[in-house]
Amino acid sequence: MAQLKTREVLFAPIFANNPIALQILGICSALAITTKLSTTVTMCLAVIFVLTLSNFFVSVIRNMIPSNIRIIVQMTIITALVIVVDQFLQAYAFQLSRELSVFVGLIITNCIVLGRAEAFAMQNPPWISAVDGFGNALGYSVVLLAVGFSRELFGSGSVFGMQLMALASEGGWYIPNGLMLLPPSAFFLIGGFIWILRSVRVEQVETEPYEIGPNTRTSPAF
Amino acid sequence: MKDKNSIGNVLRVAVGVCLVCAVIVSTAAVTLRPLQEENRAAFRQLNVLRAAGLYEPGMNVSAAFERIERRIIDFDTGSYVDPPGGFDPVRAVRDPAQSRALSGDPAGIGRRTHYGEVFLAYDDGGQLERIILPVHAYGLWSTMYAFLALEPDLRTVAGISFFEHGETPGLGGEIDNPRWQENWVGRRVRDQAGNAVFRVDRGRTPEGVADADYRVDGLTGATITSKGVENMVRFWLGEEGYGTYLTRLESRIRAGEVM
Repeated sequence: MAQLKTREVLFAPIFANNPIALQILGICSALAITTKLSTTVTMCLAVIFVLTLSNFFVSVIRNMIPSNIRIIVQMTIITALVIVVDQFLQAYAFQLSRELSVFVGLIITNCIVLGRAEAFAMQNPPWISAVDGFGNALGYSVVLLAVGFSRELFGSGSVFGMQLMALASEGGWYIPNGLMLLPPSAFFLIGGFIWILRSVRVEQVETEPYEIGPNTRTSPAF
Repeated sequence: MKDKNSIGNVLRVAVGVCLVCAVIVSTAAVTLRPLQEENRAAFRQLNVLRAAGLYEPGMNVSAAFERIERRIIDFDTGSYVDPPGGFDPVRAVRDPAQSRALSGDPAGIGRRTHYGEVFLAYDDGGQLERIILPVHAYGLWSTMYAFLALEPDLRTVAGISFFEHGETPGLGGEIDNPRWQENWVGRRVRDQAGNAVFRVDRGRTPEGVADADYRVDGLTGATITSKGVENMVRFWLGEEGYGTYLTRLESRIRAGEVM
């Protein structure tokens, strides 16, 4: 097996192999918590913490994990880390933890976390696994921050709660785009993000699995 | 290396991983609990203030809360009590000695404690400014918790703040929308005789109805949640809720015993 370069492992998931944009994983939380940047940033930090450490710990015991219970062992480690994050948020960032509500707990089911544990950490040593987890979490964060920034800016006219564009309802000029506060807008934004990314990096464009045949004409006898 | 798929190793790894994770999780939960409880208490105080209309963003909540007096009442007699060891509503509702099962139970809450909390807010001159009552009821999916603040006339709503619920976001979940809660201000919830009268309409309250004061706009797409809110107000201001206490308090205010 070719030696993996730390640099590559760290930076590849950000644009070249982004978990959201290329692998289309972890979309659910990207819709739910990106209406405001403050919750988005908290979520990103939580995922960075969980993904880095889960990859590390899974990798540490990878040679001991029996293959028939490996998924449940990975889930147990991930779950423990997520509960620790949730408890910390409730203790030190109570308001944010209320706004994130169940979505901190739902990091457990974020496909990126289990996906990296199963696909990478089970085969690689701890250090490089932790780097891979960190890199993938960064890739996730880049998309989330882009989505969160656009949604807060155009949906509420603010960034990190600071009013940049005065709202029409408060005597300003900006009429906020209500769609941005609703979950579907995240789909449009992620779609746009993928479009831009694939225009720049053409190699990411997938080939059509099949070609549509030419029009057929029913025979005159029919 | 010996076979990692042997039954012995499966058990060893499973037990080992569970033990380590259990220790980590419980350490985090136990060491952080005091802070979390402090946060929860502060959040409750904040919502009492918000219901009473005394909250401004960025204010010092615990300092502002000093003007508010917490009293324990007996629902049946309507008088103030001072139970030794204090009163914890969360614990009391689970304790058969401190609560009873409700018959009928329009609010869908199952049990009601014998005692209850009230919060009395005084203004700078020591005059009674607001009475804040903790109330709760079952909506569509969940029990909704709120603070209902009354003016000193004990009939008019000064504000409401729902602070915990699990209703559908965007539909029933709009009960925590401040714009809807603003509708409540100035509405009446008890008639001249002290009976609980209140209605949450389906959609807007029709124009020109005689009892418009006693009604509030319903939430679109949330009929059952709205019904739950209506039942909540009727139950808690009725005989089985704060009704007796409020009637008693009213006569004391009239007699000039309470400023």
